[in-house]
Amino acid sequence: MEQREQDRVVPRRFSARRLVAGIPALWLTVFFLVPFLIVLKISFSEARLAIPPYAPLITWRHGLPVPGIHLAGYAYLFTDPLYLRSYLYSVMVAAVSTLFCLLIGYPMAYAIARASDAWRSFLLMLIVLPFWTSFLLRVYAWIGLLQNDGLINDVLLRLGLIHHPVTLLQTDFSLYVGIVYSYLPFMILPLYANLEKHDMALLEAAADLGARPLTAFLRVTLPQSLPGIAAGSLLVFIPTVGEYVIPTLLGRTDQIMIGRMLSDEFFDNRDWPVASGVAILILLALVVPIVLLQRVERSNLETAE
Amino acid sequence: MNAQPSTPADAAAPYIRLQAVSKKFGEFAAVDTVSLEIRRGEIFCLLGGSGSGKTTLLRMLAGFETPSAGSIYIDGEDMSAVPPYERPINMMFQSYALFPHMNVEKNVAFGLEQERLGRPEIRRRVAEILELVEMSPYAGRKPHQLSGGQRQRVALARALAKRPKLLLLDEPLAALDRKLRERTQFELLNIQERLGVTFIVVTHDQEEAMTLATRMGVMDRGQIVQVGTPAEIYESPVNRFVADFIGSVNLLEGRVAALGADELTISCDSAGCTIRAGRQVECAPGDTVWAAIRPEKIVLASEGSAAETHAENRVRGKVREVAYMGDVSICLVEIDSGKTFRVTLPNRSGIAAQRDLRHATVTLSWETESPVILTR
Repeated sequence: MEQREQDRVVPRRFSARRLVAGIPALWLTVFFLVPFLIVLKISFSEARLAIPPYAPLITWRHGLPVPGIHLAGYAYLFTDPLYLRSYLYSVMVAAVSTLFCLLIGYPMAYAIARASDAWRSFLLMLIVLPFWTSFLLRVYAWIGLLQNDGLINDVLLRLGLIHHPVTLLQTDFSLYVGIVYSYLPFMILPLYANLEKHDMALLEAAADLGARPLTAFLRVTLPQSLPGIAAGSLLVFIPTVGEYVIPTLLGRTDQIMIGRMLSDEFFDNRDWPVASGVAILILLALVVPIVLLQRVERSNLETAE
Repeated sequence: MNAQPSTPADAAAPYIRLQAVSKKFGEFAAVDTVSLEIRRGEIFCLLGGSGSGKTTLLRMLAGFETPSAGSIYIDGEDMSAVPPYERPINMMFQSYALFPHMNVEKNVAFGLEQERLGRPEIRRRVAEILELVEMSPYAGRKPHQLSGGQRQRVALARALAKRPKLLLLDEPLAALDRKLRERTQFELLNIQERLGVTFIVVTHDQEEAMTLATRMGVMDRGQIVQVGTPAEIYESPVNRFVADFIGSVNLLEGRVAALGADELTISCDSAGCTIRAGRQVECAPGDTVWAAIRPEKIVLASEGSAAETHAENRVRGKVREVAYMGDVSICLVEIDSGKTFRVTLPNRSGIAAQRDLRHATVTLSWETESPVILTR
């Protein structure tokens, strides 16, 4: 009798549980894994003036398969300084943006977590509300604010603080403004989710033991919020590396980020193999942060009470 | 805030003094004009039900709430402007509030680090206090790896590490099971005696208060109703609330029939008897009073002599229920007038003897010293 109890826990071959879990797995396979393998395959091909514009990976001669693996694309990426600079610039922009998001987002998340219940719902709604509008429109709005005849320059000129319009657009400044503005909710929400769970009694205990409010924050609140900081940082960093729209509309024209590089290779140069190579290398560069994010999320789930 | 120079007169001065302390939340007074004096080295228990204001009072002592009125003096110093991190007080929280991201040793060391002591000194003090609470082998563990009783010891160690003048304990034994609670009660007493720290314990559990306290204060609706030793409170409650709150009691309402030099006669219609008590209270003939008789002070005998109406300190009734508790049996006896008496009998002869009692007709009697006469 006990044997059968245990058997029931292990799903049998054709169980409903396997079916339900299998649907997202199937989705991921068809729409992520297969396209990834296609991109990987193309990255090893040679560019051709043809449709599609690359040579097939395996050609058949006399009935025998001949592999046509072409590494010139990757060699080009590694030797041309343009690509290396672009990668490093992208990682730097992502890192600095993440830092700004953290410095601005942490106090905001903290304030929301400490607010009374009524205020809290309202404040959270304010953070999430911009998502209901078009992302593209919001980025364009920044152009309207930052351009030479835009709102900010207009106000400064009228106040007499400046005499010629200041170049605010297409600079690192406008790039960071755009990225931090767009990605701030991704930092605030995981931080809030963490901070909201903190036990206030711990801060009272710290005060009781002689810690002033700043010390209590640094030694009790901050260490406990590290999982939230990690989750928020990775949620900002990973997508920002490959950002396309914001750098194209608001960023510099003399130094471009890697997402734009990929698009230029694909559409302007029609060099699919090199474009695919760029994509694969972006993914490889992000493997470490992605694995870290997975680990952080899993440990967050495990310690959740 | 200036410490008084100690003089022989000050040696008798109370260590903790609350003067007309009140705390209002809007219109609601959680603590209502409480004045209290606590002596050095004693264990003082604040006993009360939920909403009695005892936790709010404790939090005001710790500094987490500011009194709406009144002052708190610790060792002569006015604590009004002193924040919790500057008070010579430490608290053991009901939920223990251990820092989850630190292990036992770091938790205990936290308070000492705030005092800017050197590393070796901190390590020594931590080892010492962990030894005292018998948690030395667990120094490297994190709170989530400990049992409830172990966490409680760590919380105690952390609160005592700084050698505070006063230790506040908020329902310290509430989360423990019975056996562990008993053991911990005696360990707490032991530790207190060794360290000589003054304890203030807040609890709703009378047994806990009776075991731990050198003196206790009963609170009801924000006010202190009675202060005294456990014996004083149990044997001489000042009003019906205290009599009923501590232990069980039989309350008989009656009218003062006669006042003698050392005794009082009460005519009790609700019980159909006359109560003669050694005189204890200021009252006049005709006043309504209540006689409080503890269940263990009533003698239960099988019906012997013929019952007289309005016998003195004696009633007749029928046993309705017998609850066997192992060491004692609790009998509910319905007397002729309809009122139910609660009687506690020690199980000298075991359960067999108690079984015979059910539905038996019995006589309940008590000594003249047994009832406590209450005027309110």
